[in-house]
Amino acid sequence: MSGAPILSAFRQALGEAWAGGAGALLPLGFFAGTTVLVPLGVGTEPATLRAIGPGILWVSLALSSLVTLERVFQADTEDGALDLWLQTGAPAAAIAAAKTFAHWLTAGLPLALLSPMLLLMFQARASGALLENMGLYAIGGIAFYFWGGVGAALSATVRRGGLLISLIALPLYVPTAIFGALAMGDGPSSASAPLFLAATTLFALAAAPFAMGAALRLAAD
Amino acid sequence: MFSWFANPHRFVKLSDWLVPACYVLAAVGILWGLWQGLWIVPKDDYQGGDIMRVMFIHVPAAWLAMASYLGMAVMSFVWFIWRHEVADIAAKAIAPLGATWTALCLATGAIWGKPTWGTWWQWDDARMMSVLFMFFLFLGYMALRAAMDTRQKAARAGAILAMVGALNVPLIKFSVDLFTSLHQDASVITAEGPKMAAVYLWPLLISSFGHTLLFAALVMTFMRAEIWTRRAAQLRARLMTGD
Repeated sequence: MSGAPILSAFRQALGEAWAGGAGALLPLGFFAGTTVLVPLGVGTEPATLRAIGPGILWVSLALSSLVTLERVFQADTEDGALDLWLQTGAPAAAIAAAKTFAHWLTAGLPLALLSPMLLLMFQARASGALLENMGLYAIGGIAFYFWGGVGAALSATVRRGGLLISLIALPLYVPTAIFGALAMGDGPSSASAPLFLAATTLFALAAAPFAMGAALRLAAD
Repeated sequence: MFSWFANPHRFVKLSDWLVPACYVLAAVGILWGLWQGLWIVPKDDYQGGDIMRVMFIHVPAAWLAMASYLGMAVMSFVWFIWRHEVADIAAKAIAPLGATWTALCLATGAIWGKPTWGTWWQWDDARMMSVLFMFFLFLGYMALRAAMDTRQKAARAGAILAMVGALNVPLIKFSVDLFTSLHQDASVITAEGPKMAAVYLWPLLISSFGHTLLFAALVMTFMRAEIWTRRAAQLRARLMTGD
């Protein structure tokens, strides 16, 4: 056994992001699009927007992760790549983790990088907090993409599995969403919440790959 | 011990008498609990007067909501490790029933909450939120099983999801616990023994006992139906091939 299949899965996921023209820009478009709809729906009162902005971005980040995860493992089961990787004896959990991490790099991290601009549009005051928030969206996003990856791996053989991923993954997003919102608020726990947010991400990194690996072995059967 | 129960024939034989017994005891427990709760016990004005009588359904439902998820996760684990078919049949049977009692818990909670707390639903109440997410976990489990094209795949995918969910339940619980709760602290199982007056405690315990037995009886009924469905499919397949 060597690391080759794991590396190949990582590279392939990076490459896939640019396949089909605007690939990697689509998640950004979705993220910005869902966010921009909100002021049109709830009204443009600056104080309201400033209060809800960070939370709206968490919701949009969660939705973007779900939308983009649908095809992550499905394509590999269809074109046989998954079978090849598993045949080499490489641990399925490592392959799943590599793919999901690459997917977060191309589809999740850019959303976090875009967040200061969107928060400014939501009337946030320009300050260092915007960059802190960017870091929190990046860290929390990892947890979203890894738990979402569990849903994606479980429904890899299900046609039109997108809705299924949402139903499976959303309850698993709860801790991250709660700590993320608390970390950006000014409540009594806003100082410790970033640490808890990081803890949920570490937990996702530790536990989700094994669930994804088991699900991928099921999908390959 | 698991292996002893893993034999479907043994399960069917055992449940032949256990199911009716559970139904009878459940009816006695629930009816006695309801009769006591609705007519006999004095109303408690601190808990909103007569509306507190919904406790005799709400509390057993909440207890079953948690216990059923735990049961489903344990059954999934047993199936995943030892591949005992009866465990998978049990997990499959528990899901819709667990979802039903969870929904019952949420509905009775809202009915109790409106007159006493002035709201049907409180977003930052820890217990409401964790029960709601457990409800979603049940729905996801059922949807995933239904989407799989073979029984074996449904069992495997369902087991993985149930175990992942069980890992996350403590985390969800911990995160929502940061919210303040409108709920009172534990009053039945505490280190100093029950804090609740005996006049409420007994009907509550017996009602919970009845609900638990009804749940068990329904799970076993669903399991028997599943076992017979599989048996019928086998027989049909044998007829088709002419063996």
